[in-house]
Amino acid sequence: MKIFIPTPLRVYVDKLDAVQVDAETVGDALNALTSQHPDLKKHLYSDEGKLRAFVNVYLNDEDVRYLPEREQTTVTEADSLSIIPSIAGGRR
Amino acid sequence: MLKLSESTYNALRKHGEDTYPHECCGVLLGCSQDGVNVVEDAVRASNTRTDSAHDRYHIAPQELVRIQRQGRERGLDIVGFYHSHPDHPAQWSKTDFAEAHWLGCSYVITAVANGVAQQTNSFLLAGTREEDKSFEDETIQVEELVAGRC
Repeated sequence: MKIFIPTPLRVYVDKLDAVQVDAETVGDALNALTSQHPDLKKHLYSDEGKLRAFVNVYLNDEDVRYLPEREQTTVTEADSLSIIPSIAGGRR
Repeated sequence: MLKLSESTYNALRKHGEDTYPHECCGVLLGCSQDGVNVVEDAVRASNTRTDSAHDRYHIAPQELVRIQRQGRERGLDIVGFYHSHPDHPAQWSKTDFAEAHWLGCSYVITAVANGVAQQTNSFLLAGTREEDKSFEDETIQVEELVAGRC
């Protein structure tokens, strides 16, 4: 499956906009990604090993956090993951 | 530096007037060339902070995924974001900084006073990781035509 990488993180994946991985679950796919590109890990995960709060992972058009099986959700070759840092702010 | 066409520049400023007194927000699609963020299109996004839209904005990640996909189909990347500050200077706030995570991207802010766009400024989110990020003032270069650069 393909994992789409946002522009700020491409520097850690040889400037690719997408990385191809073999995986059976969302968690497997993320592990494969950070195994292939270890420098990416600290940008996605906190020191405690949890996905950083501002990092969103979408399986196709679904937020992985809200899937019943979350990172244990099974995936197929036709699926894609998107890593999307959040965007917000305001004048105050 | 941020480069964009006059029509794109005007469009993102008008978005702030259209949503006044609420904050507008959107995504800048283009490419990065030698440290310059070149914008080919500004895509309007919905502000999901309907509870406090006069001083907050948030773009739903699902909308970002969709915009990123549409950009990819056109050979364009996300190179920045824009939003407005209704009745407030075009200067980044503590909230803007805390919620900025797209390193290397441009964050454009337009001040809108009484429904009319005023100053527009851009800030580059510099740094190599979340812990050392900073906003740097960035020159905006408005050109007649930027389309086809990427």
